[in-house]
Amino acid sequence: MNAINTVSFETAKAFSREMEFITVSVANQLLGLPINRVHDVFVVSEMTKVPLSQSEIAGLLNLRGRVVTAVSLRSRLGLSENERTGRRMAVGLENQGEAYGLLVDEVGEVLKLDPEEMQPNPVHMDRRWVSLSQGVHQLHEQLMIVLDVDAVLAFGAEREAA
Amino acid sequence: MDDLLLEFLTETNEHLETVDVEMVRFEQDPNNQAILSNIFRLVHTIKGTCGFLGLPRLEALAHAAETLMGKFRDGMPVTTPAVSLILTTLDRIKDILGELERHGTEPQGDDNDLIEALDAMSSGQGLAPEPVAAPVAPHTVGTLVHQVLERELKPGEVSLDELERAFQAAPGPDEDKASGTLVFQVLERALKPGEVSLDELERAFRDAPGPDAPAPAKPAEVSAAPKASTPPKAPKKESETSEQAEGGEGVAGKVQTIRVNVDTLEHLMTMVSELVLTRNQLLEIARRNAEDYGYKVPLQRLSQVTAELQDGVMKTRMQPIGNAWQKLPRVVRDLSNELSKQIDLVMQGADTELDRQVLEVIKDPLTHMVRNSADHGIESPADRRAAGKPEKGTIRLNAYHEGGSITIEISDDGKGLNYNAIRKKAIERGIATDSELERMSDAQIAKFIFHPGFSTAAAITSVSGRGVGMDVVKTNIELIGGTVDIRSETGRGTIFTIKIPLTLAIVAALIVSSKDLRFAIPQVAVSELVRVSPTSEHSIERINGTPILRLRDRLLPIVPLSKVMRLSADEDVDTGFVVVTQVAQQRFGILVDGVFHTEEIVVKPMSSKLRHIQLFSGNTILGDGAVVLIVDPNGLARMVGSGSQDDQFQTETSLDQAIAAAEELTSLLVFRGGGETLKAVPLSLVTRLEEIEASTIEWASGRPVVQYRGRLMPIVSCDDELEVRRQGMQSLLVFSDGEIAMGLAVAEIVDIVEERLDVELLAERSDLVGTAVVRGRTTEIVNIAHYLPLVLETWSRSDQKSKQGSTLLLVDGSNFFRDMLVPVLRASGYRVQTAATAQDAARLLSSGLQPDFIVTDLELPGHSSFAFIATLRADAQYRTTPIVGLTLKPDPQLLALSRRFKITDVVSKVDRRGLLAALAELGGSLEEAA
Repeated sequence: MNAINTVSFETAKAFSREMEFITVSVANQLLGLPINRVHDVFVVSEMTKVPLSQSEIAGLLNLRGRVVTAVSLRSRLGLSENERTGRRMAVGLENQGEAYGLLVDEVGEVLKLDPEEMQPNPVHMDRRWVSLSQGVHQLHEQLMIVLDVDAVLAFGAEREAA
Repeated sequence: MDDLLLEFLTETNEHLETVDVEMVRFEQDPNNQAILSNIFRLVHTIKGTCGFLGLPRLEALAHAAETLMGKFRDGMPVTTPAVSLILTTLDRIKDILGELERHGTEPQGDDNDLIEALDAMSSGQGLAPEPVAAPVAPHTVGTLVHQVLERELKPGEVSLDELERAFQAAPGPDEDKASGTLVFQVLERALKPGEVSLDELERAFRDAPGPDAPAPAKPAEVSAAPKASTPPKAPKKESETSEQAEGGEGVAGKVQTIRVNVDTLEHLMTMVSELVLTRNQLLEIARRNAEDYGYKVPLQRLSQVTAELQDGVMKTRMQPIGNAWQKLPRVVRDLSNELSKQIDLVMQGADTELDRQVLEVIKDPLTHMVRNSADHGIESPADRRAAGKPEKGTIRLNAYHEGGSITIEISDDGKGLNYNAIRKKAIERGIATDSELERMSDAQIAKFIFHPGFSTAAAITSVSGRGVGMDVVKTNIELIGGTVDIRSETGRGTIFTIKIPLTLAIVAALIVSSKDLRFAIPQVAVSELVRVSPTSEHSIERINGTPILRLRDRLLPIVPLSKVMRLSADEDVDTGFVVVTQVAQQRFGILVDGVFHTEEIVVKPMSSKLRHIQLFSGNTILGDGAVVLIVDPNGLARMVGSGSQDDQFQTETSLDQAIAAAEELTSLLVFRGGGETLKAVPLSLVTRLEEIEASTIEWASGRPVVQYRGRLMPIVSCDDELEVRRQGMQSLLVFSDGEIAMGLAVAEIVDIVEERLDVELLAERSDLVGTAVVRGRTTEIVNIAHYLPLVLETWSRSDQKSKQGSTLLLVDGSNFFRDMLVPVLRASGYRVQTAATAQDAARLLSSGLQPDFIVTDLELPGHSSFAFIATLRADAQYRTTPIVGLTLKPDPQLLALSRRFKITDVVSKVDRRGLLAALAELGGSLEEAA
C-alpha cells in the first residue's frame, strides 16, 4: 500500500512540475491564465451593454445560446478601455456555475511552465494588480503575470452587500 | 446520503400525504373497507421499510399506529380522538423524517407518549389486546441452526455453520430475487456430505445477493448434506413478495409513471429553450433570404416539431393543482375540531395543471386563505342555525383555466366580511378617514384586509387573527404576476378569486429600442402604445421639467427609458413611443425610441453580478441571436416612484387613498402657495380653516407656532417659496391627527370644488401626491403626510431636554447578539432598550417608548420582523423612524425586500462598526432634517 502511495505522489509531482498557461495580453502586458480554468477562447461578435452596471462589466454575450457576462480585464486592472476597434478576443471562464468572458486585447499561445520557478509579486507593484496576481514568471523576452482567476471574477460583491 | 434512504424518504413522504387525506375521508366514512385497507397497507409498508433500514423510532410509531388501525379493521368503532391520535402520530413521523432528511440519521428522542396513547386506545375499548397485527419484521433475523457434522473438517473444508453464517452476512444489493446463476464446477473428487469446494464457496460469497435471498444457498445445499436445514427466511420472503404483488395490482390500474429528478427536467427545459431560440434564429435567416435553397420546407417542419417538443416538455413541468391542495382536507378537519365548527371542504378542478414553480409559490397562500375562511368565515353551528343556514359550513375550492391564466376561487358560505368592523379598524389604524370611507364602495373597503397588519378579529386565535397574512398572500401572488380579488356579501359568504399565469419560464414580451439598445418589456404589464411627437395629437408636455402625457384627459407620467438607464444626457426627448404600463396601482408611460414586435422569450436569470440592478428582471436571447435585457416594470415603478425611498411609502398610501376615492366626486380645497401653481388637498383631510393675526404667531427657536385651543400648534409653510407672514392675516389649513395638530400656511385659499379626482402623476417630490386636472387647470395635489413628520420632528426635539444620546430599540432573538451589541451601542452614547421578539418590541412601543432608532434582526422567527416593520411603517408615529435591519447574510432578495418595507439601512450582523457608522449617519441626517 505504501509503495503505491509513493508512486502516485511522485507522478503528481511530475505533473505539477509543468503547469500549462494560456497567455493573453492587455496593454502589451503578458498575463497567464491556468489552462484548467479556461473553457474556450472566442471572438466577441455582438455585445449587449448593460445600463447601470459596474464599470468592470462590458456587457452580455451570446455564446452558443448561453448568456455570458463579459468582464473587461482592462477595467479590472485599472486600465482605460481600448479605443481600438476590430476583433475583440475573450477567454471563457466559469465561476460558481456562471459563465464569464474575460475580454483581453490578444490571446497568445499555451506555455508549459514550472510553478517552482514562479516569483512572488514585486513589492512595489500596483496594489490592484497584486490582488489579481499569483506571481510572476520570467520568460526570455518578457515577464508573465499569473492571473488569479477567482480574484479577477470577485468584484461587485461588496457593492451588492452595501 | 444513501440513495436507498433518499428513495425511502421520497416514497414515505408521498405515502404519508396519501394517508393524511385518506384518514380524513375514513373518519367521515368509517364503513368504507377499501379506504381502511388502503391506509393499512400504506402504514404497513412504511413500517416495513423503516425496520429494513434500521430506523427504530419510526418503526415503533408506525407499528403502534398500525395496531390501532388493525382494531378498526376488526370492527372497533372509529372515533374522532382515535383519528386525531393517528394523525398526530403521522405528524411525528413527518417530523422525524424531516430530521432524517437533514441529518441522515434518526433524531434522538422518545415517542413513548404517543405509543402509550396508541396502545391504550387499541386496548382501551374493552377488546382483548390481540397479538400485534403482522409482527413481520422485514429485517432478516435468520436464526442460525447449529449444524453438526459427523466427521472432522478436512483442510479447505468449511463447516456448515460457517457457511450459513457467511451467506447471511454476505453484503449485497437488496433485490428481491437472486439472479446469481451458478455454474457447477467439476471437482476432482466427489464431495463428501457437508463438504463444499473452496471455489464454489468463493463464488457463492461473491454472488450472494444478500440476506433476503435464499436462492444462492441452493447450490450449497445440493452439495451439502441433504439434511441441512432450509434457511428459515424463505417462507417469509414469499409473504413479502405476495404483499408486493398485491400492491402492484392496485397500481396497475393507474396511469404508468416514472419518477424523474426535477433537475433532469429543468435541464431538458433549458435545452428545449435553446432549441426554440436556435429555431427562431433560423427562421430569421430564412425571412431575410428571399431565395429558397430548398431548406424552407424542412425548416418549417423543424419549427413545428420544436413547438410540439416545447409543449411536451412544458407538460412535464405541469402538475395538477390538487398537489397543492393535498394538505387541505387535513387542515380543515383539524380546524373544525379545534374551533368546534362543522366544515365541508369541496374541491373542484383539482386536475387543473400549472407549472410546478408557480405551484410552489401559491401552496402556502392557498393554505392560509383556507384557514382564514374556516376561522373567520364559517360561523359556529349555533350561529348558522340562527341565521337559517345548514349547520355544516362549506368551503369550496375551484380551479379552472381561463385564457392564458389559471383562476382559483376560494369561497365559503360563512358570515362574509364585516364591513363596519373594517371601516372602524381602518380609521383606528389611520389608513383612511371617516369621510373617505363613507364614499367608498364595499368592494373598496374589502381591499383593506390586504393591508399589512390588518385584522378585525376580536381575539387572536392560534389559527389566525394576528393580522399577518393576507398582505403576505397578496405579495406572494403578485410576485408571480397574479392578482387577488375579493367579493363578499354580509351573511352570505366570501369569494376570493386568484388569477395566476400558467408559467413563468416563457413570456410574451414587447421588444423596444432606446438609443442603440434593445430591451424586452413583458407584455402583461403593457396596456397600450402611443406614438408621440411635438406636432402630433399626442405630445409630451412638462411640468417643472417632468414629462407628462395627456391621454384621454388623464395625465400620464412619462419615464424616458434612456434617462433612467442613463444612456443619454439629453433629457428632452419628445418623439418616440410611449409604452403605457400598469403596475399594481401605478400607471406610467415608458418613452422609448422605437417599437419592434412582440416575441415569446425564454427568461434567463441575470448574472449574479448584475442582479442588484432592480431595473432588469432577467435577460434573453432574441431570434437574431442578440442578448437583450428584460425590463422589470415593478423595478422601474420603484425607481421612478419618488425621489427618495423614505417618502415612497407616504406617497403610496396617500395615492391609495386618492385612488380609492377616485371613482366618486371628491371635495377639494384649492389654494395657492408661494408660486403661481394651484395646489389642492382633499377637503376631508382638513380639520378646519383658520385666518389668524400674524402677530399672534410666536417664534420658538426660529420656528413659527401659534396658541391654538390651549395648545401650541406648529405652523409649516406649504412650500419653500412661501414664508410665514410676520404681519397682516395668515391663512392656515389646520390638520389634526389625534392629539397632534398642525397649521399649514398658505398664501390664499382659492376655492372648494367637487371634482372627480384623477391623480395621475407620482411626482418626484415627496410633498406632492401628484397632479390632477381640477376645473380644467393642472393642480398639484399636496401630500399632507409629508408635513406631519416635519412637525413631529420639532416636537420630539423640543421634548429632548438635553442632547444626551438618542434612544435606540434593539430587537434580536439571540441573547448572544444582544449581549454583544448592547455594550457597544451604550459605549457610543445610545440609550438602549432591548426586545427579544417582535411582540416584545411592539409591547415596549405601545407602553410609551419612543425610540429615535430601531435596530432589528431581519431574521426573527417566522418572518415576523417584516410584519413588525410593516406595522411600524403603517403607523404615522413611526413612519420615518430610521430602522436599521441586521442580517447575517445580506443577499439581493433580502435587500429588495428591505427596500419594499422601507427599511432605512441594512447592515451585516457581524459588522459592528458598520452599524455604528450607519446610526451616526442617520443621526446626522435627522438633525439636518430638523
